[in-house]
Formats: sequence, structure tokens, C-alpha cells
Amino acid sequence: MEVETPLLCQASGTDPYLQPFTTTLLKPGQTKGERLYLQTSPEFAMKRLLASGSGSIYQICKAFRNEESGRHHNPEFTLLEWYRIGFGIDELIEEIEALLVALFYGKRNLAPAKRITYRQLFREMTGADPIHADLQEFHEYAKRHNIVEASVICGDNRNLWLDLLFSHIIQPQLDRGRAYFVVDYPACLPSLARKKPGDETIVERVEVFLDGLELGNGYHELADAAEQENRFDDDLTVRQKAGLPLPQKDQRLLDALAHGLPDCSGVAIGLDRLLMLMTGSDDIAQVLAFPVSIS
Amino acid sequence: MAVISTSDFKNGVKVLLDKEPAVIIENEFVKPGKGQAFNRVRLRFLKTGRVLDRTFKSGETLEAADVADMDMQYLYNDGVEWHFMQPESFEQYTADANAVGDAKKWLKEQDVCIVTLYNGAPITVTPPNSVVLKIVETDPGVRGDTSGGGGKPATLETGAVVRVPLFIQIGEVIKVDTRTGEYISRVKE
Repeated sequence: MEVETPLLCQASGTDPYLQPFTTTLLKPGQTKGERLYLQTSPEFAMKRLLASGSGSIYQICKAFRNEESGRHHNPEFTLLEWYRIGFGIDELIEEIEALLVALFYGKRNLAPAKRITYRQLFREMTGADPIHADLQEFHEYAKRHNIVEASVICGDNRNLWLDLLFSHIIQPQLDRGRAYFVVDYPACLPSLARKKPGDETIVERVEVFLDGLELGNGYHELADAAEQENRFDDDLTVRQKAGLPLPQKDQRLLDALAHGLPDCSGVAIGLDRLLMLMTGSDDIAQVLAFPVSIS
Repeated sequence: MAVISTSDFKNGVKVLLDKEPAVIIENEFVKPGKGQAFNRVRLRFLKTGRVLDRTFKSGETLEAADVADMDMQYLYNDGVEWHFMQPESFEQYTADANAVGDAKKWLKEQDVCIVTLYNGAPITVTPPNSVVLKIVETDPGVRGDTSGGGGKPATLETGAVVRVPLFIQIGEVIKVDTRTGEYISRVKE
């Protein structure tokens, strides 16, 4: 079923690296109103619909992320997001791949997609184990590859090391013209994915890459309200340390999860980036009529 | 001292990196969807020309470099230093061999070139894209040979050596592209 959820939200995510646009809701004549946010993703609203019994749903909508603009980022962008009741990560990957094959048919020949775990890919490209390596290994890797500043930037923060090495070293080395489904993310990068049964060190999360560009992010959706609240709290701790604003936890999402989220998987695909890859554009501005960068 | 944040990074911005002036020649915003944002930057050090890639966490800052490009007239070389004059203010500047670098072989007195000042002192000199110079030494010309093939070396009044067509004679004046070091045409005085 196609759905539509509000762009203007009462709660924003707690994600430390997503900065929402904020605005103020005023009743007629009111001067001091309620803070509202433009959504950074429709995932909370869509999970509330799923919990209320919507069944499998999809939408194409705008999402807004402040402090993000560049060759692959426009602060206002378009997401294609969908959820499938009863799907695990494997079925979700099959569906994403079928969509890519259909969209690229007759436009560009894609090599057969490659499915690989985060850990295996990371080890193949850097020689280091993302989950178990001593941080000293990352420092030495950076030194050998002449990115000494990485040690200053990342210090003893494993998540920063993973973000930096994945985006700087691994993504540029992925084969062009081949979709990668990177699965089993380290549990320190959980987002809204559930833990893998029988292995506490990884979560059931998949990221799609094509031409080295991150195209989508999917989860076997976390349904445990208590664990969701713990993750909000962890995010808020990171935000507090970094001196970032501390948004309210989305109580409506927590209530919906407590009420019961059906077993499901979902994914968000960056539609503008998909258009870039289909048309051979190297700047997101080329697929937008009015990009923020030049308007 | 002015401070430049990653959000102000763009091509041509001049910053201090490791205490040396450098110009940004590429800037790419890199951010994993739900991860930390970085700026991957390519910079060229103004004094040495060395190019370096450096990553910054978005939001980091650098000091701005007090660097300015100015049109100046080349006056003379005293054997050690090269002297320039800013034509509007008549203010004179001296540049050492490091700053003048390869530009010295194209500098003719009175010509206007670009002098890059860092904290008020010249650090690089860029000659005009083309210069007009007299030939002081070359093999005898072959009259009537206007074919493009071959050519021969010719020494110019500034000491630069360029390849010229066979018909060019000592004492003639030619136009040279300083970016490639190639002969462009003969100039009638």
C-alpha cells in the first residue's frame, strides 16, 4: 500500500550525525510556539503505521538533513522507502536487486550484484577486523597509508574509525558498475536494525552501494521497545558529549513498538542518487531542477 | 587571525596548513548516511607547489592565510634578488630565488607579472602567459624554410632556451607561451 506521512514532525531522531531542520508551530496570534522538525527520514512514522496494522507499505517522499551539501548531498532530497511484512534481510536484498535490474535494463549493464559481510569486505580492503581489531591496528593502517590526520580525528572512537576507513578506503575501491549488498553491520553501528540471533557483535543491517556510492540502507527492523529506548539514550549520550542539541525521544514510536511491530524488513533508497547512477551524472545538482547549491 | 571552517572550504581558498600557506584545489563532502561527515580536501602548498590530500572532520577550522595576488612590474635583478613594483602605489618588493623559481627565465624588465604576497612578502612569481623576447643565439636560419618539422634550439635574451622553426634568425623577436615553454609566433618590431 502506498502511504504518505507528514514532513513536519513533533519528534526528530536522536541520531548524532543527522541534524534536522527545526521550525516553530504557532497557533494564530501565538508568539511562542511548539518546536517542530522536518523529517530526516520517514522511518518512525512508517513503523508506527506498521504497528497499527497497515501491512506492507511504501512511499516516495522528501527528507531533509541540515549541514549536508556536496556532490552527493542536497539538504532536501527524495527517498523511496518500503517495508515488507515477514521479510528478512535476504528477501529484502532480492527485492532491491530486482528493482535495480529492472531500472537499469537497457540503460546500463550492471555486473552481477555482490553480497558480502561488512567484516569480510573490511578485512579484504584494509586487512583489519572492524569488530575485533585493536584500535592500534587502525592507527598503524592510517600511518602506512599516509592519512596520519585520521589518528587525530578518530582517536579511540571505533565508530569514527569505521566511518572514516569505510568512506575513504573501501568505497572508492568497490567495482564500478556492480551493486554491493553489505550485510551484518557491526553492533556498534546498529541504527534501527535488530541484533543477529546468536551473534551479539552484529546487526541485521544491509547497505547498498553502486559505483562506490551509498544508495540505500535497510534493516530487519528492531521491534523491541526497551532496546530502542536504550539506543535513543546511547545517541543522546553521544550528542551530549559533542555539545549537540538533545531532542526528545520519540515516545510515539516507543509506544508503537511496545504495542507490537510485526516482523518486517525495510529499506530507504536515495532516489536522487539512483537517478545520478542511471544517467551517468557525477553531481546530484545535475538531477535536480533547483539544487540548493546553486539556487 | 581569520578562521576558515570546513563549510567555507572551496577551490581557491587560501589557508595555513602545518603553518605553511596552501590553496584548496579540491573539496569533497563525504558522509556515510548515518555516520560522521568529513571533508576530503586536496591542497597545493604555495611555496613549494607540493600537492597534499588531507581529511577534516566537518566543522573543523583552519587559519586563513594572508595571501594576495598582485600585478607588479618587474624592474631588475641585482644578482641576488629580483625587484618588482606595484604600478599604482609605486611600492617596491624584492623576491628571492626561491620565490621567483622557474619564472626567472621569462622575466623581462618592464613586463607585468603576478606576484603572490604572503604576510606582505613575495612567495611566488607567475610570468604573463605569453612573453615577447629577442633571440640572442641560434644556428643560422634556412631562408624560405617555413615547414613546421624539425626546428632548432634558440637562446632568448632572458636565458630561456626554446625550440623555434628553422627560418628564425638571431636578433629576431618571438612570442613564447610561458606555461608550456613553446614558440607561438614571430613578432615584427
